[in-house]
Amino acid sequence: MELDSLYQEVILDHYKRPQNKSLASNPTIQVHHVNTSCGDEVTLNLHFKGERVENITWDAVGCSISQASHSVMSELLKGKSAEEALSLVEEFQRMLQSKGSDLGNEEHLQDGVAFAGVSKFPARVKCALLGWMAFKDALQQSITKAN
Amino acid sequence: MKSALNVDQIKSEFPIFNRLVRGENRLIYLDSAATSQKPLSVLDAERDFYTKHNAAAHRGAHQLAEEATELFEGARAKVATFLNASSENEIIFTKSATESINLVAYSIGNAKPGSKFHLKAGDRIVVSEMEHHANLIPWQELAARTGAELSWFGVTDDGRLDLSNLDSLINEKTKMVALTHQSNVLGTINDFNGDLVKLRAQIKAVGALFLIDACQSVPHLKVDVQELGCDFLTFSGHKAVGPTGVGVLWGRSELLDEMPPFLTGGSMIENVTMQSATYLPAPKRFEAGVPNMAQAVGLGAALDYLDKVSLTAIHEHEVALTKQALDGLKSIRGLSIVGPTDVKNRGAVISFTVEGVHPHDLGQALDQYGIAVRTGHHCAWPLMRRFKVVATTRASFYLYNDQSDVVALVEGVDRARKYFMER
Repeated sequence: MELDSLYQEVILDHYKRPQNKSLASNPTIQVHHVNTSCGDEVTLNLHFKGERVENITWDAVGCSISQASHSVMSELLKGKSAEEALSLVEEFQRMLQSKGSDLGNEEHLQDGVAFAGVSKFPARVKCALLGWMAFKDALQQSITKAN
Repeated sequence: MKSALNVDQIKSEFPIFNRLVRGENRLIYLDSAATSQKPLSVLDAERDFYTKHNAAAHRGAHQLAEEATELFEGARAKVATFLNASSENEIIFTKSATESINLVAYSIGNAKPGSKFHLKAGDRIVVSEMEHHANLIPWQELAARTGAELSWFGVTDDGRLDLSNLDSLINEKTKMVALTHQSNVLGTINDFNGDLVKLRAQIKAVGALFLIDACQSVPHLKVDVQELGCDFLTFSGHKAVGPTGVGVLWGRSELLDEMPPFLTGGSMIENVTMQSATYLPAPKRFEAGVPNMAQAVGLGAALDYLDKVSLTAIHEHEVALTKQALDGLKSIRGLSIVGPTDVKNRGAVISFTVEGVHPHDLGQALDQYGIAVRTGHHCAWPLMRRFKVVATTRASFYLYNDQSDVVALVEGVDRARKYFMER
C-alpha cells in the first residue's frame, strides 16, 4: 500500500536507531531550526575544519520522517568537502521537490533515496528537508566565519 | 443507542461526502474544529447572491444595490437573532474571528487618554494558557503598545481553567479579560454561567471588559450573549458550516458606539474633509470598504441550517460521540488524552498522544484509511508546552459524523500504532 512507499524500512530503521543523535561539544557552528507548521525542532552542531565537514551531530524532536532524515543526512555528509556536501543537499532537495518523478541516485544519496516516496506527500516534504536545511545554514555560516 | 440526529439525511446535504479519498476510502472527516464542511444550501445562497443580486451594498441607486443591501443586512439580523443580541447594530461582520479580536485590540489601542478604553502602564490584560494564538497574540501586541501588563490563568492537569489565583488576576488593575468559550485543543467548555460564574462576577465587579472567543462553541451549542454576560463575543463562519472569509464580532452597543475605529476608509464615515473625518456609529464604523456580502449571506444560510437541525440536538449528538470516542481511545495501549477525560462541560474535540508514534506519522496513517484529523500544535503552542508535548493528534466531531466514524477512528489509531510500533 501507499503508506509503505512513504515509510520504507530504511526510514523506520533510522527512526528507531538514529545515527549521530547526540550533540558533540565545541562545534564550529550550532544552528536551531523549527518547522513552524508542526512545531518540530532540530539543533545541529557542525564541526567544520579545513574546508571539510568533520562532524555533524544533532538533537531533535519530530516525526519519523524528520528524525530519520536527520540521521541519514548526518551519515552521508560527514567527511565530505563543502562543495560535495552542498551538491548532495541540492540533489536531495531536487528529489524531494520532484513530486515523485525523481527517484534519486543511490550512488550519491545512499540511504537518502528512501525518501523519494516522501516527495509524493507535499505536507511531509518539509519534515524531510528540515535537517538538511539546518545543515546548509550551518555550513554557510561556517564558511563565512572561516573567511 | 439512538442518535439525536438523522446523520444519513444530514450527510446527503453535504456534497463533499459524495467523494472518495486516498483511493477507494469513504471520507471520514474528523477535522471540523479546523473548518467544517458546507451544506448545499450555503453554497446555493452564495451562488444566488452572485448570479442574481450582486452589487455593492449600501451604495448605488439601482435595484441590484437595493437587493444586495437587503440580503447583507438580512444576514446581520439572522446573526443577531442567533446570538440573542439586543439589536442587529451589535453585529459587525469581519473577515474572520482573528480579525474580530484584532479589531477590539486595535480599537482599544487607539483610544486616547481620557477615554474609558484607554490602556496604560499599570493596567492589566488577562487571558489564559488555553487560548488559540488568535486570542493571545493580539493581546501580547496590545500590551506591548500600551505598556499594560499581560497576565494569564493557568490550566489544571485535567484541562480546566485554574482559578487558584483569581483574586490576584482579576482586581481593580484589570481592564480587559479575553477567554475562550471552548478550547480548540482540550475540548474544555468554560461554563461562564455555571462552574465559572464566580469568575464572571468578579470581572464585572472590577469593571473590566470581557471578550469571549466562541469559535468552537457557537457552531455546536446554543450561545446566548445575554446569558453569558460578556461585552464582546467572536466567532467565524467557516467553522459553523458557513463560508470562509466571514467572521463576526458581537459587542454591546453602548461600547461599540464609543470605541475608536480600527480599519478606516469608505462606508464607515459620517463626514470627511481634507483634514479629518467623523465616523458613523456601529456596526458601520467597523466595516470599512465594500463588505464580504456573499460570505455574510452564506453565513446567514448556515445559521438557518443549524437552526433547522437544532443546536440542542447537535450538542446532544456530539456528547454521545465524544463519550464513545473517549471510551474507545482510552482502551488503546500507550494512548493519553490531553484534556478532560469525561464529557462534563466538554465539546466534541479530543486531543491525544500515542507513545512512540509522532502525531504527524499517526495522522499520515489515518489519512491512508480515509480519516482526516489534525496534527500539530493547533495554534496553541503555550498549551503544548504546558502539557509537555510537541504536538497532538486531534479528532473533532460535528453533526455529519456518526458512530461508525468513531469506530473507524479507534480502529485506525490502533492499526497505525501497530504499523509503527510492531512492524
